[in-house]
Amino acid sequence: MNHSVFRLTLPILFGYLPLGMAFGVLFATQLDFAWWIAPLMGILIFAGAGQILAVSLLAAGAGLVEVFVAMFVLNARHLFYGLSLLGQFRGAGWRKLYLIFGLTDETYSLLTSRPRGADRAYEQTVDFRITAFNQSYWVIGCTLGAVLADNVVFDSTGIEFALVALFIVLTLEQFKALGDSFPIWTGAAAAGTAMVVIPPAHQLIGAIGIVTMVLLLHYRRSEARRKDGEVSHG
Amino acid sequence: MDETTYIAAFIAVAAVATFATRVIPFLFFERHTDHPLVQHLGRYLPASVMALLAVIFLQRSASWTGSVPGLDALVPGLLVVCLHLWRGNALLSIAAGTASYMMLKQTGILGA
Repeated sequence: MNHSVFRLTLPILFGYLPLGMAFGVLFATQLDFAWWIAPLMGILIFAGAGQILAVSLLAAGAGLVEVFVAMFVLNARHLFYGLSLLGQFRGAGWRKLYLIFGLTDETYSLLTSRPRGADRAYEQTVDFRITAFNQSYWVIGCTLGAVLADNVVFDSTGIEFALVALFIVLTLEQFKALGDSFPIWTGAAAAGTAMVVIPPAHQLIGAIGIVTMVLLLHYRRSEARRKDGEVSHG
Repeated sequence: MDETTYIAAFIAVAAVATFATRVIPFLFFERHTDHPLVQHLGRYLPASVMALLAVIFLQRSASWTGSVPGLDALVPGLLVVCLHLWRGNALLSIAAGTASYMMLKQTGILGA
């Protein structure tokens, strides 16, 4: 089983090593903490964008409430990932907690796109190993980045762009999966609006607020249209 | 609060906040999975959030004081879009975009 799980998670290995290293390098070059704090964060937090954001929060000495809100808001998209896995994780026992803990963008996309057999317990074991493999790649990346940044001369200026590139790639993947550009333009327009009218520290939560309101209106309109359609079609 | 207490508290809070976003649907939505509003938001919100994160962080990566404002981030950003539409390989798109951004930043081309 481990061999097939490794093959399945290989793209994640190639994605998580440089991204984990980007985090580790950022952590080591911008902060004064011991190097092993970086892999510790990979073990306990396990969030790509979240951990890179954490570096700037640590650098700014952010308050703990601010940290909670910022991390929660940045990862708020995960709120909806579980919706597609409610059934698959049912009855997974002690594994369920780790499966939920490890639900990153990449784990989520693997778990929801791979073919499944009828034996749910077996499939949950595979899910568990996929999650564990992914997290080990991530922790190795965090470690390498944090250690190498201290010991090897390497101009890492600009490496944080990996995060922006990841968001762009995920946006395109979302568009491909949905086949609808409306939510993409809504998100981009909300970001533009927030950047103009809201100070930088609150732009993310502001933009997500705008997006949620637009989507609620969108829901009400499509519901009303659906009802109209039912009436007119008798 | 000394340095050690702060980093320990910081990691604990960040871990709890991150786990909360992942566990909440399992705690609260399990009974409402079929509600049309839950399905509607579940369907569209991730795409919107991804797009707004891309736009906001792209803007923050750009230098707006150079001879051609913003181009140092827009060019690598466009490269990511084109490469990903062409090849659909996430790693390749991310690596190429990051490498070109690093090159632009480190050589100072485009006045960045």
